[in-house]
Parts: sequence; C-alpha cells; structure tokens
Amino acid sequence: MTTDALFSISQKSKPETVTITFDGKDLTVPAGISVAAALLVGGVHEFRSSVVGRVPRAPYCMMGVCFECLVEIDGVPARQSCLVPVKEGMAVRRQIGAAHLNEGSFGEEL
Amino acid sequence: MSNAEADLVIVGSGPAGMAAACEARILGLSVVLLDEQATIGGQIYRNIESAPADRVEILGQDYLAGRSLASDFRNCGAGYLGGAVVWNVSLDGTVDYVADGRSQQLVGRNVLLASGAMERPFPISGWTLPGVMGAGAAQILLKGSGALPTAPVVLAGCGPLLYLLAWQFLRAGAKIDALVDTTAKSAYLRAARHGAGALRGWRDLMKGFKLLSTLRRHGVPVFSGSSALALEGETRVNAISFTHRGRSVRIPASLVLLHQGVVPNTQLTWSTGAAHRWDKEQLCWCPETDPWGRLGETPIYVAGDSRGIVGAQASAVQGRLAALAMGERLGITTNVARRAELQSQLTRYTHLRPFLNALYRPADENRIPQDASVVVCRCEEVTAGQIRSYVELGCLGPNQTKAFGRCGMGPCQGRLCGLTVTETIAQARGAAPDDVGYYRIRAPIKPVLLGDFVP
Repeated sequence: MTTDALFSISQKSKPETVTITFDGKDLTVPAGISVAAALLVGGVHEFRSSVVGRVPRAPYCMMGVCFECLVEIDGVPARQSCLVPVKEGMAVRRQIGAAHLNEGSFGEEL
Repeated sequence: MSNAEADLVIVGSGPAGMAAACEARILGLSVVLLDEQATIGGQIYRNIESAPADRVEILGQDYLAGRSLASDFRNCGAGYLGGAVVWNVSLDGTVDYVADGRSQQLVGRNVLLASGAMERPFPISGWTLPGVMGAGAAQILLKGSGALPTAPVVLAGCGPLLYLLAWQFLRAGAKIDALVDTTAKSAYLRAARHGAGALRGWRDLMKGFKLLSTLRRHGVPVFSGSSALALEGETRVNAISFTHRGRSVRIPASLVLLHQGVVPNTQLTWSTGAAHRWDKEQLCWCPETDPWGRLGETPIYVAGDSRGIVGAQASAVQGRLAALAMGERLGITTNVARRAELQSQLTRYTHLRPFLNALYRPADENRIPQDASVVVCRCEEVTAGQIRSYVELGCLGPNQTKAFGRCGMGPCQGRLCGLTVTETIAQARGAAPDDVGYYRIRAPIKPVLLGDFVP
C-alpha cells in the first residue's frame, strides 16, 4: 500500500523503525514520527469517513486543530493521530462516521 | 488530582512561551510550561532539537534561529511537560491538562497563554477532499518527519509561508507542478501606501520576487493573480481549476497545498470568557489585553501570535514583556532599562506588519464562499448556502447556527469554520463582524476521556 503514498521519507540515514498496523495491515515506519505522518507515508488516503455524508477524509492541518485525522488507536476511538507518536505494535483503525462506545465494555449501544 | 503550584504556568512552547519562561526564570519565578506536542518549539521551530543537519539546511536560517532559544529554555530551570493537552484554564489560574492518560491540575499565580497561530481556513469547493492540506501541514511533515511529497504538488494561495515552503521543497529536490498565486495586483498598490513600513517591506517584497524568479528558473509555472479556485475529485483530489488572466486553467494533482496566511489560535482565550475584537487588517479575532498581554483583571496573560499575528521574533519579545509584568504582579522589581530595550525590539519587529497585512490580505472570495455548495463547517458538513439560509430565517450570529444546523458543534469546536461563519453571516446581514460575534467556546477545549479522570 506504499505504491501511491502522497509523502515519503528519505531512507538515507537508515533510521530506527517501528511496525504498526492499519486495519490489520503492517506498516513499518521511522520511529519518533506521528501516527498521522506514518499513515501518510504508508499510503493511507482515507483516515476516516465523515460523520454526516460518510465521505473520505484525511489530515488537513497536522497540528491538532482540524480533527480530520481522527482514527482508532489501540481500541480508543477519535484519537488525533497527528498528536500521537508511533509505538511498536500500535493497532490503528480507520474511523467510520461518528465514534461509538466500545460495546464490549459498555454493553449495547444506546 | 494533585494541586501543584507555580508562579507562572505557560501554555505553549513556541517562541513566546519559551522566551517568557527564560525571562521569568531570570526574575526568579518558578515556571512550568505545558505543550500538547511531543517536542518543544511550537510550529515555527518544530523538532528544532532533533532535526538532522540536512533537514535544517533545507529549512533555512529562520528555522535554525530557534535553536539558541530552545537551548536557553532547556537551561533556564523551568519545568516542562510535553504531550500535555490543556483542556481548561480557569480565571483563578487553575490549569487542567491530560498527560499520560490522566487529567491533572496545576495552579499558576500567573498563567501565560501562548498557543500561537493556525493556518487560516481556505473554504473553497473541494477543500475537504483527501490530498488537500495546508501548506503549513506539509511543512510540519517536513520539519517533524523529513517527509516530502512523492508526486508533483500544486501550491495555491498567498502569504510568505507558501513561498517559503516552495523554496524549501526546491532545495529538498521535491517537484512542484505549479504555484497558483491568489495575490491580486491591487494588493501591491495597497501595501505600497504603508509609508516607512513599505520602504522596508520593499526588501521583503524583492525577496518574494526573487523567489518567484527562482521558481520560474526551476521550470515551475507561476500563475499570478489567480481567482475562482476549486478542487476536483470524488474520493480524493485529482485536479485544481482556477481562472488566470481571464482564462480557465485546470491542472491535474494528487496533492494540493493551500495557504492564505495564519490567524491567532484563540480557543483558550475565548474559553476564559475574555473580550475579543475583530482585527480589520488581519481579518481575525484578537483577545483584548492591556499592553503587557493581561486579560482584564485576571492573572491570565497572552503573548505571541495567539494575541494577534506578529511573527516569531516579536512573539518572543511579547513573551518576555509579559514575564516582566507578571513578575511585578508578584512584587518583584524589574529593570526599567530591560523593559525599554524589549519595547524598542518589539517596535522594530512589528514595523513591517501593516505592510504585510495589506500585501497578503486574503481575497474575499477565498474567505467568504459565494458558491453555496462549499462546505464551511467540515466536521458537521454545513455549507455556505445553509448558513445564508439560516440568516434568512433570522439567525444573527455563529452561536445560533448551532441550533439551526449543528454548525461548529463537531470535534474541532469551530476552529476551522468560526472565522468563515462570522464573515459569511456579517456579509449576509450587512453587519460588522464585531456585531455578529463568535461561538461561545467552553471547556473542555480538547477532547478528554472519562478514563482520564480515574485516579
């Protein structure tokens, strides 16, 4: 899925890497970068779908103000992926529409 | 929750926050600085401590200038908490923040808000498509991760940051397909009227012209004075279209970077209930403060771009001046000569601002969408046409648009639509932005989890 990534990071300096997953697929990325940066260089175009029209959205500001980069990280929905640094083994999922309470912990959705 | 105290709690580690911390430490104040990012420097000096030499070389001298301030801050003896998301500031100086998955409190005898600037929203058709980002966002990717566009990119809009990014991309070897410049010819005339400022601004302007010729030399087409910008695509952007010299132009693109200046990030100051005024030159809200940045009779001060756009150097000086004023509030006698020196620096660094405001004033059509289908509120997907229809039904201001159609009620809490909503309503009502007002911003100003409150 790195074939048509919008951004890439020069690997000249052979940086330390970590492996995260996006919707179950492995992404190996430089350590120390944000989850949003990792997904962009990993070829992810759609981070979430919008709440009303369910249309694709992706990061706009990269600095924590636009909330377009919201994804589920390690089971917690609606995380600002531009503010969270990548960690080895992190499980990231695309967010579809509005965030919902985790049914496993809270019982049936209201 | 702990109740740690400090003479000064600072929010934001950009130039204003770091410089204020240094100055306050010289006066002997205990200082704690909080920042939601993982590294210090704010956006302008993002990743300044660990960016590798080749990246610093690409970013240039103005970026490198942040290194000595960052090092002074590290050595000044102020406490620093990174990854600390401030979600409430109370008028008694209490600051609530989430760090390490736990909400915590700090009480400042003074609080300095230095939350900086954000890129001005660019509400045009298709700006919500994946592949459309702020130029500042792309610069953040470069500063923070060394990431560069893979395919040719189109830069569109106006303002120094757009040209700077183009120059940085060229130095880094990234390909630019086109620069679509929305600066109108009339802007140069308007800017030229700013007397002495214009004279010195001329040098900046020449720098700009030089840059444009550098772009052309690299074979980058520059479309000056462009209008009627729109982005095309279904699930992601695939082209930008615009009018140039009376002709329609369409350029295929998978990445379009938009920019039309920066505006104060006023979320925190609004949330304290402080009065704000509409700045007619900068076309944005600025908190009302005394000359040192104090909000009314509160222990809360504001410095840097979050008080009104002044740039990195002036922001640092404002931070220092605020630190002196806060020291005096605590009964510390400060050096009169020091204050005079800082004030003359501030005058020098802000001298050009009226000229820059006039030159890079974003076009009306790119701030107030005339196309009814343009999405203004990205979170709740409310269009310009819908907002105007609310006005026809009697809606007077941004707060009421919430009740009419959830405008401004999504997770960004109005950050990306607020200015557009104010100006769109003002235009539709024939009223001044000051009379139209803004959203009522309330804590929590960042999302918090119930789990963050479990001790």
